[in-house]
Amino acid sequence: MGPIITAVAAMGALGLGLSVVLGVASKVFYVYVDPRITQVADVLPGANCGGCGYAGCSDCAAAMVEGKAPVNACKAGGASVAQAVAGVLGVSAVAAEREVARIFCKGDNTRAERKFQYMGINDCRAAMLVSSGDKSCGYGCLGLGTCVANCPFGALSMGEDGLPRVDDEKCTACGTCVKVCPRHIPRVIPVSQKAASLCSSHDVGKLVKEICEAGCLGCGLCKKACPEKAIEVVKFLSVVDTAKCNGCGKCFEKCPTGIMQSLVFTVV
Amino acid sequence: MQQDWFMFILSAIIVNNILLIRFLGNCPFLGVTTAMDSALGMSAACIFVNVLSGVLCWIFQKAVLDTLGLEYLQTLAFILIIAGLVQFVEMVVQKVSPALYRALGIYLPLITTNCMIFGVAVLNIREDHDFIHTVVYSLATALGFSLAMVIMAGIRERMLIARIPKLLDGVPLGLITAGMIGLTFYALAGIS
Repeated sequence: MGPIITAVAAMGALGLGLSVVLGVASKVFYVYVDPRITQVADVLPGANCGGCGYAGCSDCAAAMVEGKAPVNACKAGGASVAQAVAGVLGVSAVAAEREVARIFCKGDNTRAERKFQYMGINDCRAAMLVSSGDKSCGYGCLGLGTCVANCPFGALSMGEDGLPRVDDEKCTACGTCVKVCPRHIPRVIPVSQKAASLCSSHDVGKLVKEICEAGCLGCGLCKKACPEKAIEVVKFLSVVDTAKCNGCGKCFEKCPTGIMQSLVFTVV
Repeated sequence: MQQDWFMFILSAIIVNNILLIRFLGNCPFLGVTTAMDSALGMSAACIFVNVLSGVLCWIFQKAVLDTLGLEYLQTLAFILIIAGLVQFVEMVVQKVSPALYRALGIYLPLITTNCMIFGVAVLNIREDHDFIHTVVYSLATALGFSLAMVIMAGIRERMLIARIPKLLDGVPLGLITAGMIGLTFYALAGIS
């Protein structure tokens, strides 16, 4: 009987000692955690995409509860999530405008020239390391699909022409594609934008003409045609001011390369 | 004397690397080495807990188990101590240093089930270490663990942009890589 009693007593004492220590510690080292943080985290999408600028959904939830982030900080969740968060926190949500990513390059496999044949790792960032990419244009899409592979919502797909396609329904404007693209070709734009010059090249018109059939020459014909004065040519690239543009379409007719286009979104 | 300590530490870190030679603690080795940040966080948390648990388990063994003749309860007692300790450390860190808690927080509960922590506690007893040796051994082993974690994370970060056949992607290639690193470490086996 002796050894059994010693064993039970020793282990019992160890267990008791530890539980007392933990019990006391849980009182002494008690940290108040706002229960609303978990509630808010529950209504967030939970994809941890980082589009809000915080380390993850729970981090963003904490910031929302503390008031450091607005209730519509979650771009991926959109209006419905903002509404839900507002419900938890008891404030009214301001509807944020829906945004969607667009690929600012039209230089597909047939229209844009390539300097050499790249046969390395299938990733745009890796391709950039080999004399800044195989495309003759230093600004255009390399077409290896780094954005497609990294989209946390599966909203991007690679088209047969070598340019990514955006599925507006799935795109949440989290901005991951913008970050991973070594040339920042995808851009997140509001769905109210009616026209855009779908090119990223800041090269002079003469050079663009030699290497790509679908580049912005910076000729400024669109700027002259625009009755609303909504277009600026910034370093040989036309930029549309969303606030002024009414989508009249006069610039589309004048654009010699046809890259000044009307934007069609499948979501509102 | 200095030579002895040097060999003792070198052996714990490299020659008898806990992950690559003894194959203890392989869950975090494959689980949290996909990014360098998390590998470093896990390593730091492990170094911290390993030293504490090694020392506490050694004291408990010498003070209670040996004196009462209850050596056969070692496994049970050590598991209890480690689990309690990790809980306690988590609470203290959360209160005392929120910044450290944010960095280590998610790794601390994982450590409860890390075989390395328990393995080191048992090895300290089995190899008859005195108190100083226990402290140094626990620290050096955890450093060896960190070394292996960092090597693995570095390699796996490269794998992200490499072309990997579909059937090997993820855990399979992780295991193959772990085996290869283990083999290279075996080359040092003769030193001690």
